[in-house]
Amino acid sequence: MSEEQIKNLEVQFNARIERDEKIEPKDWMPEKYRKTHIRQMSQHAHSEIVGMLPEGNWISRAPSLRRKVALLAKVQDEAGHGLYLYSATETLGISREEMYEQLHTGKAKYSSIFNYPTLTWADMGAIGWLVDGAAIINQVPLCNTSYGPYARAMIRVCKEESFHQRQGFEIMMKLAKGTSEQKDLAQDALNRWWWPSLMMLGPKDEESVHTEQSMKWKLKRKSNDDLRQQFIDQTVPQADLIGLTIPDPELKWNKERGSYDFGPINWDEFWQVVKGHGPCNKERMKARVGAWKEGEWVRDAAMAYAEKQATKNLNKAV
Amino acid sequence: MKKNWPLWEVFVRSKNGLEHRHFGSLHAADAEMALENARDVYTRRNEGVSIWVVESKNIAASNPLNNGELFEPAQDKVYRHPTFYDLPDDIKHM
Repeated sequence: MSEEQIKNLEVQFNARIERDEKIEPKDWMPEKYRKTHIRQMSQHAHSEIVGMLPEGNWISRAPSLRRKVALLAKVQDEAGHGLYLYSATETLGISREEMYEQLHTGKAKYSSIFNYPTLTWADMGAIGWLVDGAAIINQVPLCNTSYGPYARAMIRVCKEESFHQRQGFEIMMKLAKGTSEQKDLAQDALNRWWWPSLMMLGPKDEESVHTEQSMKWKLKRKSNDDLRQQFIDQTVPQADLIGLTIPDPELKWNKERGSYDFGPINWDEFWQVVKGHGPCNKERMKARVGAWKEGEWVRDAAMAYAEKQATKNLNKAV
Repeated sequence: MKKNWPLWEVFVRSKNGLEHRHFGSLHAADAEMALENARDVYTRRNEGVSIWVVESKNIAASNPLNNGELFEPAQDKVYRHPTFYDLPDDIKHM
């Protein structure tokens, strides 16, 4: 194709998105669209998969059967979300193995929040309430994104995610209403997860390199700073309601803006964690790569069995 | 790893009376495993009463580049729609 033809196709392509038409896997798309989507969608899938690790840590020590079944179901959902997203990404022409390879070698990123440790049971509450809360804010607009398979996966993810946040909030609420020791646990978890949750919504707008193009493709509908403000505004009253204190001395309602003002975020910490120097980066990758390697003989055995059965059936037919 | 598990497309009937609809895809060694995985991945909350799986390589698909000759001719065949036909105003039940 000549450069001119490609340009024409691109103009038509952008017009389709402008008209809110969806792009489907076999449609023509600019190479950059494909690459950007592979990057964002696979990162999203990796985050779901790695995101199971901090919570998996507490399944066997959940304080009651009720909490245990809920946490198990939540972690299973995350596996499911990872799988929806991996298969949606595969429609763009990248294989599952390539994506795993990118995750395991550190070439692909996942959400930096999962590199923080889960030290107490209250962290299960804080993660559900704050981390899933921030994730929902990020994900709801994606249900309308331009790439069909991504939008469909996100609709399914969002339907399931609100249970995650509620189960987390309930844990926090119960602890906050409990003994002073339990309340301290809840407050401590909030103190540790608050700032990383704000960072999770991405770098400041002026440092976010992909925002403008992503907005055009509806891969992003609101800027990071807008999403962050929305998260703060909706979360602060929830903390008030259960008597916990947001660990930000500069947090203050701004009547004119109709929003909360908040203190500075430690972006150095964010970039350190993104670059691999967070408290648990190594541990997470070790667990993930270990699980993949140790599962290899199982995957091979299943394939060998399937092939043997297929030959048997074929022989029977003859 | 000797050989990767193939890709399967998953179709789910959400309740009797409705058709099977494409839900997504997954990897599995064989059809039985694909059905079991589909149950866990796509129907954790009563989303279905029946599942079909088919290996993705067995699906033939039309190419969007041919959409013009495939689908556009239908647009000028207005006589296929009831509104094309003139009827007197006082005719009933037609």
